[in-house]
Amino acid sequence: MPSGMAQYREVGRLDELARLDSPVHRLDARAQVLTTMVFIIVVMSYSRYEVSGLMPLFLYPVALIAAGKLPGGVLLRKLAVVAPFAVFVGIFNPLLDRHVVATVGSFLVSGGWLSFASIMARFVLTVSAALILVSCTGIHRLCAGLERLGMPRVFAVQLLFLYRYFFVIGDEGLRMRRSVEIRSAGSALGFAVYRPLIGNLLLRAMDRAQRIYRAMVARGFDGEIRMLNRMTWGWRETGFVLGWAAFFLVARGWNLAEGIGAQLTGRGL
Amino acid sequence: MHMADALISPAVGGTLWVVTAGLMAWCARKVKQTRDDRLIPMMGVLGAFIFTAQMLNFSIPVTGSSGHLGGGLILAVLLGPYAAFLVMASVLTVQALFFADGGLLALGCNIFNLGFFPVFMAYPLIYKFIAGKERASTRATVAALAAGIIGLQLGALGVVLETGMSGISELPFKAFVLVMQPIHLAIGIVEGLATAAVVAFVARARPEVLQVDADLRAASAPAGGMKCTDRARRSRSTMGLLIAATILGGMASWFASTRPDGLEWSIAKVTGKAVAESGSWPEVSASTSSAGLLGGLLTLGLIILFGFALKRYRKGVLS
Repeated sequence: MPSGMAQYREVGRLDELARLDSPVHRLDARAQVLTTMVFIIVVMSYSRYEVSGLMPLFLYPVALIAAGKLPGGVLLRKLAVVAPFAVFVGIFNPLLDRHVVATVGSFLVSGGWLSFASIMARFVLTVSAALILVSCTGIHRLCAGLERLGMPRVFAVQLLFLYRYFFVIGDEGLRMRRSVEIRSAGSALGFAVYRPLIGNLLLRAMDRAQRIYRAMVARGFDGEIRMLNRMTWGWRETGFVLGWAAFFLVARGWNLAEGIGAQLTGRGL
Repeated sequence: MHMADALISPAVGGTLWVVTAGLMAWCARKVKQTRDDRLIPMMGVLGAFIFTAQMLNFSIPVTGSSGHLGGGLILAVLLGPYAAFLVMASVLTVQALFFADGGLLALGCNIFNLGFFPVFMAYPLIYKFIAGKERASTRATVAALAAGIIGLQLGALGVVLETGMSGISELPFKAFVLVMQPIHLAIGIVEGLATAAVVAFVARARPEVLQVDADLRAASAPAGGMKCTDRARRSRSTMGLLIAATILGGMASWFASTRPDGLEWSIAKVTGKAVAESGSWPEVSASTSSAGLLGGLLTLGLIILFGFALKRYRKGVLS
């Protein structure tokens, strides 16, 4: 996970992408949430040694990145940042599972390498799907969509508040850190300094919550949060969800990539 | 210790999603019952505080590494368990969505491991039991230390069990436990000490701030004594049901990982043939594997070309 400044900037970056205008961005957030969930479940349902069967599913992220005008580089960088965890857990597979399951030319492929490749393919597919979901909807439309799909209102409001004040409290924290860095000539933060620093940050945050509450009351807050929902579910949304779901199920049922390969090598299936 | 979608099976992910969704609905109801409007901005801002606190690291002497505040325990101390669970869930959701830190289907697992254990196990059973009403004494420090360690140990064990039940990683249970538990012992100590230090600082500087939890509890308690025990009993039985659901779900997914799962089974029904997944080894012959490799690479290449073409086409349309 990126820390400090980098992490902080990256969050705003995705929300900027969500403000783009494209056919994908114009879809109802609910359609995108549902399609993403179906996609992730289908990806996860493959057997642990499946690699070629997963390849056709790359159509989904690639098509959405292209149609949604998203910068592929930004998403790839995010993938690379979180990849170490999947690599760490997956890398034991080649070491522990040395049973030869296939030959490619004169190379012997062990089950472990096959399942490692499968884990990495799943990782790229599921993580990119999640990032694309946020980049095409943004936190506001996403929360509204999730609420319409049954998420408790309290939680939707919590997500929105958290997101809103992430930048405010984050700014406060970064200013504190910068001031410590300037005065400590680059030496690491000791626990004796950390304690009052983070304690003060907490007190400031809680004070801010009080001020926000008073401001809300002054504007007529009565304990009920009302959310502005302008969502319309039309034939485009139905087509998007059903079309992709059909593709995922076809790809899940028949190994399309192996079919193409078999045709080319002239072996048939 | 955020789990990724790539390493869990739909059965495990789905079961914990259901359990976590149930817990969240229950907590949302509890928070609504408090009828304290102050709680809404306080929860949001404290969620943002947890994020920021995770960006500020302190150096740990001798080891050369650094630590930071985890979140679950201090939120429970400040807000009480129900609101704390929702805040923790929201923090993990934002991490999954914006940082790709933990997957979407694994979100249920992550909220359970990092939210449920510290908030509903370590806080009421360990922290409150040891600390009582004290916040700035040695006893409170010991309480936070014990709660921090136990919360993270349980969470780490959750990760190991969920990964093992999913059956995608080859890591043997014992080896994974031996790696995860000691690492999280260290993280738990750091979490406990940092929590104790911050709580003690606030208790000395502005003791009234720590009253929020107590106030909310008073506000949420209904007028009649009878009703109170009734509600307590009901929430205990909900808790029991949830724990039973978790255990059952875990057992079901254990079976699911050794047998074809629901989706595979239904596809077999639909297409009239079993999808190749037999025994522990896949039966892949040399010819199909080379066809798979060629076809796989070709498909990927075609998809990427298609993506570029679509992007270029869209640019052409716009300009």
